[in-house]
Amino acid sequence: MSADLHHTAHDHAGHGHDDHDAHLHEESHGSYKSYFIGFGLSVILTAIPFWLVMTRTLTNQATALIIMAFAAVQMVVHMIFFLHMNRRAEGGWSIMALIFTIVIVGIALSGSLWVMYHMNANMMPTEDMSQMG
Amino acid sequence: MASTMQASPLNVSPILGRFTLESLPLHEPIVVATFCGVALGGIALLAALTYFKLWGYLWKEWFTSVDHKKIGIMYMILGIVMLLRGFSDAIMMRAQQAMAFGNEGYLNAHHYDQVFTAHGVIMIFFVAMPFVTGLMNYVVPLQIGARDVSFPFLNNFSFWMTTAGAVIIMMSLFVGEFAQTGWLAMPPLSGIGYSPGVGVDYYIWSLQIAGVGTLLSGVNLIATIVKMRAPGMTMMKMPIFCWTALCTNILIVAAFPVLTAVLALLSLDRYVDTAFFTNTLGGNPMMYVNLIWIWGHPEVYILILPMFGVFSEVTSTFSGKRIFGYTSMVYATMVITLLAYLVWLHHFFTMGSGASVNSFFGITTMIISIPTGAKIFNWLFTMYRGRVRFELPMMWTIAFMITFTIGGMTGVLLAVPPADFVLHNSLFLVAHFHNVIIGGVVFGAFAGINYWFPKAFGFRLNDFWGKVSFWCWVVGFYLAFMPLYVLGLMGVTRRLRTFEDPSLQIWFIIAGIGALLIAAGIGAMLLQFAVSIRDREKLRDTTGDPWNGRTLEWATSSPPPDYNFAFTPVIHQGDAWADMKTRAYERPITGFKDIHMPSNTGSGVILAGLCVAFGVGMIWYVWWLAAVSFVAILGVSIGHTFIYKRDYYIPKAIVAAKEDARTAALAEAKA
Amino acid sequence: MSASTSDYDIDTFHLAEEPHHPEGSSTMLGFWLYLMSDCLIFAMLFATYGVLGTSYAGGPGPKQLFELPLVAVNTAMLLFSSITYGFAMLAMTNGKVRSTQLWLFVTALFGMAFISIELYEFANLIHEGATPQKSAFLSSFFTLVATHGLHVTFGLIWLFTLMVQIQVKGLIPANQRRLMCLSLFWHFLDVIWIGVFTFVYLLGMLR
Repeated sequence: MSADLHHTAHDHAGHGHDDHDAHLHEESHGSYKSYFIGFGLSVILTAIPFWLVMTRTLTNQATALIIMAFAAVQMVVHMIFFLHMNRRAEGGWSIMALIFTIVIVGIALSGSLWVMYHMNANMMPTEDMSQMG
Repeated sequence: MASTMQASPLNVSPILGRFTLESLPLHEPIVVATFCGVALGGIALLAALTYFKLWGYLWKEWFTSVDHKKIGIMYMILGIVMLLRGFSDAIMMRAQQAMAFGNEGYLNAHHYDQVFTAHGVIMIFFVAMPFVTGLMNYVVPLQIGARDVSFPFLNNFSFWMTTAGAVIIMMSLFVGEFAQTGWLAMPPLSGIGYSPGVGVDYYIWSLQIAGVGTLLSGVNLIATIVKMRAPGMTMMKMPIFCWTALCTNILIVAAFPVLTAVLALLSLDRYVDTAFFTNTLGGNPMMYVNLIWIWGHPEVYILILPMFGVFSEVTSTFSGKRIFGYTSMVYATMVITLLAYLVWLHHFFTMGSGASVNSFFGITTMIISIPTGAKIFNWLFTMYRGRVRFELPMMWTIAFMITFTIGGMTGVLLAVPPADFVLHNSLFLVAHFHNVIIGGVVFGAFAGINYWFPKAFGFRLNDFWGKVSFWCWVVGFYLAFMPLYVLGLMGVTRRLRTFEDPSLQIWFIIAGIGALLIAAGIGAMLLQFAVSIRDREKLRDTTGDPWNGRTLEWATSSPPPDYNFAFTPVIHQGDAWADMKTRAYERPITGFKDIHMPSNTGSGVILAGLCVAFGVGMIWYVWWLAAVSFVAILGVSIGHTFIYKRDYYIPKAIVAAKEDARTAALAEAKA
Repeated sequence: MSASTSDYDIDTFHLAEEPHHPEGSSTMLGFWLYLMSDCLIFAMLFATYGVLGTSYAGGPGPKQLFELPLVAVNTAMLLFSSITYGFAMLAMTNGKVRSTQLWLFVTALFGMAFISIELYEFANLIHEGATPQKSAFLSSFFTLVATHGLHVTFGLIWLFTLMVQIQVKGLIPANQRRLMCLSLFWHFLDVIWIGVFTFVYLLGMLR
């Protein structure tokens, strides 16, 4: 236990690091610079969608596509600058878990929307039921 | 009209919620008789424990234990106890269906519907899941050369949450009623309008509480396998059982949240009148079906994958060879894991999603049978040219291979949407899933139990009664379920209580005889345990390796010491223990160190108990109880986090003493 | 993690010394895995909103109900709380207890502002008659947004508990691990909120 404390104190002394240590340090805990960059990007990526929707500058479809794209980008920004996600975290298992989750979420979301759209279309009573499929 | 048929406020007392004396099923003689039996047995058990002063022992050595081995054993015991309950439901159904031709049988609809619902829920959640979790818990840390799982306290907590769910569901038998909706509780039938009573609420809270335990278990075992493997054990040198355990727990973490979400939405509909799965106000009951099966299909892979792992270990050991095609086994398992998420619609082909959707899922369902086929071939090739020993674990494995293959084939048949349109919700379907679950999960559990029992307890299981159990189960299974295929093809629907066509009765009678044989098989298994305990000195194994095993758990004594390994093993090849034996390794007998271990804790039991109280409060609308227990849960959880000292050291003198005893035992066994 | 075989002589079958599994070495991975499962719960709530979110049952829809300026303020609160938590983490890394506590407290203020604004929004909606019981759209809207809000609330309880524990024990490794877990949790909630304000509020106004 005391060995751990010693280890921690040594690692985070903040002075006399070599580049490798500093790089790892920044990767796992961030730095003021990375937080500010992340914050700045997030503000831009949030403000523009809000502005687009509130002013209706573009067509609905264009706006929808842009704000969805910005949302995806901002999520990545958060992952990198706030969550310090990288390929090396936990020996690569963190990013593998994330990718697997994204795949499953994608399947479940798109699958549900696709299935339910078809169900609704087929199962709503109509005059002419031969249109089902 | 919106579904506003809540329990009328007049019936909800502030102190007792909606509980009244009428909630006790005093008018159902079968339930009353059951209660008397259970109560008498329970009192006898409690009296015996008190008389023999075992409470302290049980609390200190078992209930508060964070040792994965003890927790694994407790899971298995839970599974066996609940098997008796779930199987009683099965016997009741078989009896009803065999006799109810032109008459009402002996079960009214209200009772019968609870029986088939409880049968499904208990067998899946409180028998199969505990068996699977118990085996993985016991075996995985030993196989990877670790001392325990990554999060020992969470492990203990997970077990008690599962038990809490079982307690709640058992309560439903004697106080109030259980759901009458089938094991998946589809709305609108499970909505507040059509099921205003406590039944569906019992269902929801039992599963939500148990589900928390399962999810945490999933996180725990993934972290364990990823982080705690012994040095040298790369992923591709892990035992196959660990690979299947890893993929199973990935499935758990990725599937159980869906169940949590769906049941929460159903609860909201029932408690506060939201419109998720209602017929009106824009609700869509089909969405429930969609979501519940997004969970439900991965769930059945959660049940079967660990058993595939068991069969791999058993086949390899009892053929005296490395598993054939290790790499393809790993890839097959990973493919199954991913494909498990792409087939769920095959459970509701008939709900009307149309040809394009049905075709897609029909094709994916057929594809997923391929990696499983690859596994079967690998097992067969492992046996080929091996010196196969037909001990009980291997007998169960052979029975699995034949039975599961048949069940799998009927599954592929059902995967064809036009065929499924005829067979959906018929007895053919019931036969199919029992075929794969009994042939796969149950036979796998019994193979695992017979295989690892000597490791866990230090003596082997009685062979004779084991074989009696085996034959009763196998013959009983075929007698019980093959007629159901015939009946299903003839058009008989599932979950029916009475029948009109007397020509069907013979099939149901044969099925009933099969069920009785299975009952004999269960009885024989219990006898097997009893006789083995009685004869344990004769059946004693002092080597720790009664089967000439190939993986690391057989390197320890039987039972293993608390710390599993006095020294962390170093791995050079797959089948590490076989490698060590081949190269005549020498067991270290000096130089022992103090061993760092996690401490026992009562927090798990206490928290789970509070969850039971919370569940009861929510079920019976006893709001003060729900509120108080919720606050207590928060308080105890936060309080637990203030306990920083959760570990201790086993002094090296004790380690040395245990290891010396083992050295002596090994020498004696050789002599 | 396990070393490669070449690190050990082929005839070495046991380690003489304990391998360095430092206490809590699995914690970050374990918590991350839990977070992935939480992500799936939200995904299912999003899916439900996606399927049921246009079922207004003849009642009000997003355009009648949502006030984007308020949502923008809320989003800002959460974003600020993310960066202030980041500053807390940096202070923790530098071993500064007071600084850590200060930034944690500021984070809590932003978090509580977020919750207050959300409660205010809900109260307004209910006052206008747009209750969760009125339609499937409203049921799924309230459930999705309130689930996020509940997570933030639990995060705040956790945060205050940690502040007490840091006060009592200081920035010991166990507390640092807990702060790192809360950090993951907190930022993850902000990621979910991106999904909420985009797919629920912004896209809702575009219908």
